[in-house]
Amino acid sequence: MDGDATLETAASLVGVVAAGDLTARGATREALDRVIRMDASLGAMVHVSAERALARARQLDEAPPAGPLHGVAIALKDNICRAGEPTTCASRMLTGWAPPYDATVVRRLEAAGAVLVGKTNMDEFGMGSSTETSAFGPTRNPWQLGCVPGGSSGGAAAAVATGMVQVAIGSDTGGSIRQPAALCGVVGLKPTYGRVSRYGLVAYGSSLDQMGPLARTVADAARVLEVVAGPDSRDATCMDEGPWTWAPRPIAGMRIGVLTRLVEGPGLQPEVAEALAKAMAWYEAAGCTLVPVAMPELAWAIPTYYLLATAEVSSNLSRFEGMRFGLRREADDLGGTLERTRSEGFGAEVKRRILLGTFALSAGHQEAYHGRARKVRQLLTEAHDRVFRDVDVLLSCTSPTTAFPLGSRLDDPLAMVLSDVATVGANLAGLPALSVPCGFDRKGLPIGMQLQGPRGGEAIILDAGHAYERAHPWWTARPPVAWDLQPLAGGTRA
Amino acid sequence: MSTPWEAVIGLEVHAELATRTKIFCGCPTTFGQPPNSQVCPVCAGMPGALPVLNAEAVRMAALAGMALGGIVADRSRFDRKNYFYPDLPKGYQISQLAMPIVSGGHLDLPLEEGPKRIRLIRIHLEEDAGKLVHRGSSGLAGATHSLVDLNRAGVPLIEIVSAPDLANAEEARLYLQELRLVLLTLGVNDGRLEEGSLRCDANVSVRPAGTLALGTRVEIKNLNSFKFLQKAIESEIQRQIRRIEAGEPIVQETRLWQEDKGTTVSMRSKEDAADYRYFPDPDLPDVVLDDAWRAAVSKGLPELPAARRERGVAAGLSRSEAHQLAGDPALWHLLETVVGHGTPLRDAARWLLGEGLGCLADAGLDAEAVLDRAGGFARLIELVRAKRLATPSFRKLVRDVLVHGAEPEALAHERGLWLEPDDGSSARIVDEVLRSLPDQVAQWRSGKHQVRGFLVGQVLRALKGKGDPATVGPLVDRWLETPTAD
Ligand SMILES: [Zn+2]
Repeated sequence: MDGDATLETAASLVGVVAAGDLTARGATREALDRVIRMDASLGAMVHVSAERALARARQLDEAPPAGPLHGVAIALKDNICRAGEPTTCASRMLTGWAPPYDATVVRRLEAAGAVLVGKTNMDEFGMGSSTETSAFGPTRNPWQLGCVPGGSSGGAAAAVATGMVQVAIGSDTGGSIRQPAALCGVVGLKPTYGRVSRYGLVAYGSSLDQMGPLARTVADAARVLEVVAGPDSRDATCMDEGPWTWAPRPIAGMRIGVLTRLVEGPGLQPEVAEALAKAMAWYEAAGCTLVPVAMPELAWAIPTYYLLATAEVSSNLSRFEGMRFGLRREADDLGGTLERTRSEGFGAEVKRRILLGTFALSAGHQEAYHGRARKVRQLLTEAHDRVFRDVDVLLSCTSPTTAFPLGSRLDDPLAMVLSDVATVGANLAGLPALSVPCGFDRKGLPIGMQLQGPRGGEAIILDAGHAYERAHPWWTARPPVAWDLQPLAGGTRA
Repeated sequence: MSTPWEAVIGLEVHAELATRTKIFCGCPTTFGQPPNSQVCPVCAGMPGALPVLNAEAVRMAALAGMALGGIVADRSRFDRKNYFYPDLPKGYQISQLAMPIVSGGHLDLPLEEGPKRIRLIRIHLEEDAGKLVHRGSSGLAGATHSLVDLNRAGVPLIEIVSAPDLANAEEARLYLQELRLVLLTLGVNDGRLEEGSLRCDANVSVRPAGTLALGTRVEIKNLNSFKFLQKAIESEIQRQIRRIEAGEPIVQETRLWQEDKGTTVSMRSKEDAADYRYFPDPDLPDVVLDDAWRAAVSKGLPELPAARRERGVAAGLSRSEAHQLAGDPALWHLLETVVGHGTPLRDAARWLLGEGLGCLADAGLDAEAVLDRAGGFARLIELVRAKRLATPSFRKLVRDVLVHGAEPEALAHERGLWLEPDDGSSARIVDEVLRSLPDQVAQWRSGKHQVRGFLVGQVLRALKGKGDPATVGPLVDRWLETPTAD
């Protein structure tokens, strides 16, 4: 076999391993080899568990292939707990902490035959859109090393884009899977809130957080979601539904709502608007109906999102006080130790958000800020419900721009925040949303298209994304950093 | 002249629910285990762990609400109460603020002059914190370091908040006693104040008697026995009156009862109180309960202490007997079981209190431990009621029957304690004995009626324990009142 790019998808890899043309161990070695060769220039991985991964692969080779992810190399964002493995959330605060337990997604991935190869870089505790707030230093965009990969799941997106792993699991609180997927030219899926158990995901905004896959293709993302989705007795916010499965259906007749302000106009990079216009034209030609949607309520989405996410994080991060895990900086008394530990353990962006959230919840301000944000969230949710009575999916940009240069927005937190404008709506309303590559700008940076669905409507956005992807296989392009890679060596039997 | 003052008191009682596992995880709640041996990622507040509500805790809270006449909400909600303390692993306590599981309700104090109704404001569910063990000092002050034990972290609590309807320390003590008894009767709390499974804070203010406006209230914490509760409130009322009469203001604050000083001392003022930044816990969906669920729970409601006492008095028991029996749910259970075997309540109660309790105390047994001997106990009572055994025989047999589970009939036979059906032999022995005691008979006849006891005793002695005073007494009386032939 010629070992071409098709081995970069989980679906093809599972097939090749099942046919006996490649061992799980061979596939794992290949993944680890790519990490070694590329990650020095990317900074996508913060922890690689090579020995554990190879031991696991050997185990898999000894048993007959069974699971839908048999032999697939998967990386976890560093806020997902895996027993015995460092889980730092890219924060000094969690230096040296290894959880004693597995996240539910970890258990499900392993049961499906996945080989977990390590942890990916991220914005500290998920707070950022560029992976620059990481205590480990930034991850670079594989398409242009001087640019950010997006965030907060930037390491995950870069690792998938370069083929280090077939799939990475990220988390999405306000766009943290979709925006880096768009900026790195991969597929990113944020499932419906409650579709995937949050047990073992270090919480940022508990009512917004959802884990999901970053993958090369829509079908791979669906394959992983089939494995990790489903109710969990350890997460009370999980949807109470049976197993989730997907088989692609034709899209002719589909009604596609177009969020007009998020596909054209001010604030949108012209090349992004052009790529989206082409995609819309293709959908129309494929028999879909385009429906312009205004949704003025979206103007409130960013402030609402920031009030709720910061309020929740101010409480979620209270447990980091230096007593039981992670960093501890002793002082003369309890209060002093607490203050020193938190001052030295958290980075600037995390502190900013804790302070904002603490203020929004404090006596005398609670109703004006947090109370009002909860009401607006309700209105936004209802507005989305209304729109989805008329359309099947909602199309928009994922990010108004392609990847921006490293450091260019660090001093302007507000500009960073505003780049989340297209993505936070799905988190506030708890809806599924998919980012699919839809072209490149003049500098060769990827562009992403977002498809949102109604609550529980992952299947329909995957249908829409899959059909587009088959006609536009942007994913087969390789970032420059991966050009010198040898094709995957077939037949490396142990 | 001094103004007469009246106190206004409300209590907040925290009761640990007697669930087998914690409120948000599967860890056991057993008291007294080695430190940190009942801990998991959830109750240790590990990053990434999530709470899942224990349905049994909800049932117990609802049961308490129903028993206390409150409204069990269709929808209630958990909030986070945020503050830093080393015994609070997550940096927040999961509690209920705006939407508690139970609203309203009341508890009737069993006062001598009749019940006094104390209104309840609410009952809410929350998780307990861990425990700090201070080293180098008995308390936090002066300690060199403190150790954290998280075994208690996540044990379910209900907080029961009363209206300020209590007028004095005595009523406050009675309220806590009666509340403890209700919870114990429901089986939702083990009532062990000394182990901290029932804890009490008091809000105390004073005002000129007969006025309506409330004075500035002071919260007293650390009232963990009935005695401390009463003493602390009495002392705090006097302190407030002294200050007001001296023209000094009452400061709204939290005070701590210090037993060694016999007074309350200031812990923190209102200004120092933490801003808890309550908000709905996004990890827990609202608790939604419907009529069918409430109906199923209410089927588990036992008869409450007040009703038990009333039934006891109606059956002929004294007030204090009724209080004693209803005051111990295990004892009442035993009583009910005896009654279930056909013994009238009054007889079962009298024999239990008169003989049964002593046997159990001597054997170091709880009433619950001898429930399966209730049948034998009932038959023993019945044998006495049917005059097949004499009262003294009951005393000889009760221990073996109740403590060791012996069959009363077999035992009576073995020991030869059956009363013979009266074939005239008792009358013959009465005749013999009294004839042998002419001096005492003469004394009785001359009006010294107190010798009757001696005479009856001598007859019983001659009957060698098979005689029953209830039968022998009248025979003796008849003999004495009958003019003799000689
Ligand atoms: Zn636990």
